[in-house]
Amino acid sequence: MNPVLDVVLRLVVLLLAFVVMSLVVGQTEHKVMAHMQGRLGPMYAGGYHGWAQLVADAVKFVQKEDVCPRDSDRWVFKLAPAVALSPYLVALAAIPFSATLVVADVGAGALFVLAAIAVGILGVLMAGWSSANKYSLLGGMRAAAQLLSYELPMVLSVASVALAAGTLSLTGIANAWHPLWLLWQLPGAFVFLTAAVAELKRGPFDMPVAEPEIVMGPLTEYSGLRFAFFMLSEYAGIVVMSLLFTVLFLGGWHGPFSDALGLGLVWTLLKSAVISVLIIWLRVSWPRLREDQLQRLAWLVLVPLALAQLALTAGWVVLSSQ
Amino acid sequence: MTEHQHPQESPSKASRFSGMVPGLIKGLATTARTLARPSHTVEYPDVKPYLPPRTRGVIALLEENCTNCMLCARECPDWCIYIDSHKETLPATTEGGRERQRNVLDRFAIDFSLCMYCGICIEVCPFDALHWSPEFEYAEFDMRDLLHEKSKLGQWMPTVPPPPALDPSSAEPQEITAANKPARTAPRGRS
Repeated sequence: MNPVLDVVLRLVVLLLAFVVMSLVVGQTEHKVMAHMQGRLGPMYAGGYHGWAQLVADAVKFVQKEDVCPRDSDRWVFKLAPAVALSPYLVALAAIPFSATLVVADVGAGALFVLAAIAVGILGVLMAGWSSANKYSLLGGMRAAAQLLSYELPMVLSVASVALAAGTLSLTGIANAWHPLWLLWQLPGAFVFLTAAVAELKRGPFDMPVAEPEIVMGPLTEYSGLRFAFFMLSEYAGIVVMSLLFTVLFLGGWHGPFSDALGLGLVWTLLKSAVISVLIIWLRVSWPRLREDQLQRLAWLVLVPLALAQLALTAGWVVLSSQ
Repeated sequence: MTEHQHPQESPSKASRFSGMVPGLIKGLATTARTLARPSHTVEYPDVKPYLPPRTRGVIALLEENCTNCMLCARECPDWCIYIDSHKETLPATTEGGRERQRNVLDRFAIDFSLCMYCGICIEVCPFDALHWSPEFEYAEFDMRDLLHEKSKLGQWMPTVPPPPALDPSSAEPQEITAANKPARTAPRGRS
């Protein structure tokens, strides 16, 4: 195939998958959260159980005025939603959906994805800094502190898996996966999931947008399409984190009949859907942590746990290679 | 109390952490249980809500019963009832008979932008011309359109539910008690 056509085709598929999966997760959040609170959630948009609610929301957001505060740092303010959203798109490109289905097979995929996701911090920080609003600034600072503290346990837990698999390639890690990993990588998985929820700034770690304290945090001044991009980046974040968790800790596309019937993609999507629902479930069930409790959890629980997991994995690898 | 004053040195720190995990699991279980059960939402415009018989929705007027006595208008705490009437002379029905006069209701209006739904007008009406109706869908875009005349008030009359049956253990109505009372006899000793 023509290489240019190949790249364009891959990018179009990537963009479609990105938007569709994010919207599906968003809609799932609407419905699951509603039913967990004894409500019905959206019921009218699109006819059948409000399936088109987020599309309708998008249409509404497009029509809204794009307000830019007078004292804001105009360019930074306008650029921030894109900086928050696009890292997830880049990260999604490197995540394998099955043994062969990956948009860009990067050699050190785990490293690449983590690095790409970390750029998302900048978007929130830019939004908080440029809004000329003290609540935004507070929220931005909280977000930066939170994302920086949780980056470490996350990287450590990924390092443990990479060490166990002997490769940084995401495809390689999933191929090296064994059901026994569920047991002896469990602390790492716990650390990764907790850190992922914190990175997504979702409940119970949503202090940056704690509405009783600081309005909407960094998103306070945003309106219209730019606000919608921030919302989309949250859902896209859930998609990317669930897929990453699936590939790293749940064996990705490995499952019964996955090779015989070519069901690898289905297994990946199924597992990450379960993780997405779990992330939504946590948000609905648990109250928000306080800022100091958040830091305490990161540094006193997650980092030691991740280090212990790393030591365990290293010991295992050294012993088994002899 | 000392636990709250010295959280760092608290001896029960471990117990606080051990109490956290069951709490988190309880939270998850609660939301999961709610998810598994049917939701409480009534899809209002599609499904009409159940309203108890004594719902105070709107005040309906049975025009035939009204005698223009003005009691309701006078008792209304915020003066939201307007009544206009005039006297009419009816010619004698028989030869040489007397002409009769009667009151004719010209206007009966309730301003629902003022009404506070206290129900005093309904309580005070001696001829049961006013009734509570559970109808509640009469919102208007302009507040001034909430002043409803007697034609509109009469349209709500069919929505008035029949009065609920008396509670079996309740006291007898006043009229029946009065009717059943034995007739007074002359007191003894005096004649």
